[in-house]
Amino acid sequence: MEIQVEHITRVEGHGNILASLQDGQIERALFEVVEANRFFEAVVVGRDWEEVCHIAPRICGICALSHSCVSLRATEAALGIEVSEQTKLLRRLIMDAEVMSSHALHAYFLAAPDFLGLPSVMPLIRDDPEVVRRAFRIKKAGYELGEVVVARHTHPVGSVPGGFTQAPSVTALEKMRGRLVDLREDAAATVELYRKLKVPQFERPTTYVSLRRPDYYALYDGEIASSSGDSVAGDRYEDALREYVVSHSTAKHAQWRGETYMVGALARVNNNWRQLRPEAQEAMGALGLNPACHNPFMNTVAQVVELVHCLEDSIALIDEIGERGLSEEEVEIEPRAGRGVGVVEAPRGLLIHDYWYDEQGRCTKAKCVIPTGQNLANLDADMQGYLAEITDRSEDEIRLRLEMLVRAYDPCISCSAH
Amino acid sequence: MGGKPRVAFFDFACCEGCQLTVLGLGEPLIELLEHVEVVTWREAMSEKSEEFEVAVVEGSITRDSDVPRLKRIREQASTLIALGSCATLGGPHVSANRLDQSDLLTMVYGDRAREFEAGEVRPLSAEVQVDIPIYGCPINADEFVSVMKHVLLGRPYRVPNQAVCHECKLNQYECVYDRRQICLGPVTRCGCDAICTSRGHRCFGCRGLVDDPNLNAAREVLEEHGYRVEDILSVFELYATWARPEEGLGIVEPRAAVKSRKGSEPWRFRSSI
Ligand code: SF4
Ligand code: SF4
Ligand code: SF4
Repeated sequence: MEIQVEHITRVEGHGNILASLQDGQIERALFEVVEANRFFEAVVVGRDWEEVCHIAPRICGICALSHSCVSLRATEAALGIEVSEQTKLLRRLIMDAEVMSSHALHAYFLAAPDFLGLPSVMPLIRDDPEVVRRAFRIKKAGYELGEVVVARHTHPVGSVPGGFTQAPSVTALEKMRGRLVDLREDAAATVELYRKLKVPQFERPTTYVSLRRPDYYALYDGEIASSSGDSVAGDRYEDALREYVVSHSTAKHAQWRGETYMVGALARVNNNWRQLRPEAQEAMGALGLNPACHNPFMNTVAQVVELVHCLEDSIALIDEIGERGLSEEEVEIEPRAGRGVGVVEAPRGLLIHDYWYDEQGRCTKAKCVIPTGQNLANLDADMQGYLAEITDRSEDEIRLRLEMLVRAYDPCISCSAH
Repeated sequence: MGGKPRVAFFDFACCEGCQLTVLGLGEPLIELLEHVEVVTWREAMSEKSEEFEVAVVEGSITRDSDVPRLKRIREQASTLIALGSCATLGGPHVSANRLDQSDLLTMVYGDRAREFEAGEVRPLSAEVQVDIPIYGCPINADEFVSVMKHVLLGRPYRVPNQAVCHECKLNQYECVYDRRQICLGPVTRCGCDAICTSRGHRCFGCRGLVDDPNLNAAREVLEEHGYRVEDILSVFELYATWARPEEGLGIVEPRAAVKSRKGSEPWRFRSSI
């Protein structure tokens, strides 16, 4: 039996599923990434340190805010720029915004149709418009929260090394807070929807890697930690993490201490569920997500949990910002030579930018390690493991199930090939 | 469904941010969907069809192996809309053309570079005829809705061709030149409502050059601050290494003439509230 899915639908970017079975034995099962490389690591070379943050978000339209934040953190580390508490709070706020809109996109538009036996959400526009409206509402609220802070969710404006060219107005944030409070109902309805959906059963323990902080759920900063209990500081990522080239993917694969590993919502919830907001921990219980969970299909469920978390977290952050008030900041930056590493949690997982600058502050070298790239080897391993369990199914069913597995990872393929 | 025009979305090398801007429309998109039938949209749906009248194509062409797919789309579509700066200008990654393709491949894939393909980054118009270009990185969602309305009504769409300064002045934003920074607004095509300068940032030229910059540039803004149109054109290279009207189609080495800020004083900004 030969299974070939060319340009799998309802994922970001271009990839193919290739699987073949011979007398019930797996000959191959892998995910081929055919996305064109845009060579962003070369595009930023020669650019001024204050231009790099304009270019970096354009690696990815879904997780532009993560690329923006990680790029700023790398440049700031290289140039020795300290940012204020106010800037950190605002950046954490837009990271929450992005997780919300990205997870809503995946949970509703990309993943859910499989569970409902539909080819897309389009038929629902006629048959169950409220679900589609809700999906759009959540996605849009994430977009609007991004807009309040940085004018545009894709791609942010005025977010520069050292802070923001213009801070948002407290009034706009307060107004946004009201919108977010109203959104609680939609978040609860999303939990309810996913509580009823039947997620395929499949377990394959692997290593889960994410940022970690003792005090809050780590998206914007923290050390890199694995579910095996080891950790490295962000700028020492190369001590544990290695990228390598495989011929079936224009995006590099990666290993954590020589093994495949998983990053993203499931990894974060597995590693850091204790730091989730109480409402999200409740959702975790309602959805039957019990860490450590080894079922990759539960990644979408973990996204729903994070949706609840980020909604609550963004409300709390707005309150904190409101209490502190926002002030004007004078920032002065003197370029200098150096290397800087930035690490954040993009919606799809650990994201690293590593830059080198010369004395004039021109970028001389750049490296970006993308979540989806880090997941690809683990996805191949899961595909082989899962296929072995379903060899007796019909060809159509196997094809659909493998597609569902790929979608569960929520790959961001153009980003991974950057 | 009957007589609704059939629309198909396609993407080539890009970040897909323009498609997402369309998806992020929310309610206006649902409204639009009442008037058209979307038959193919790989990112959002599994339904596929080769039968469509309107093709909305996002992304740049970077590999020869992608050209046949684009040509097939062109043959089928009666209207081809190029969505965003990747599709209309080559995009933010067009400056990869500064480097030799084998060097690029070696940079990423090391000694396995030969197994992979790279090519000159180019806009769709380098390979096929584009009927309506929608500029922007990303596009302005309102402009997309407006273009679709024109297409649905069979009316010609007029691409904005004034400088960003025009919109910036109408909004009465503070001019970035007053803070001694270089802004590309005077030579950049408007249509974004000067969203970047609305936040005190400068324009990076993501919508490309106005047609015939010598005629349409906001000369007065530049002159007020002691620059000539040519000075600013020379720093306009992030989004314009593919097409520079004054030099014909081709690849231009970025020129750093005016790019470095005056003097060596530290870069300063004041975040306003
Ligand atoms: S034009 Fe910009 S936002 Fe649109 S796809 Fe290209 S890189 Fe992304
Ligand atoms: S130069 Fe820039 S900031 Fe000044 S008016 Fe033009 S667009 Fe606005
Ligand atoms: S101001 Fe310039 S860079 Fe910003 S969106 Fe408009 S054209 Fe693009």
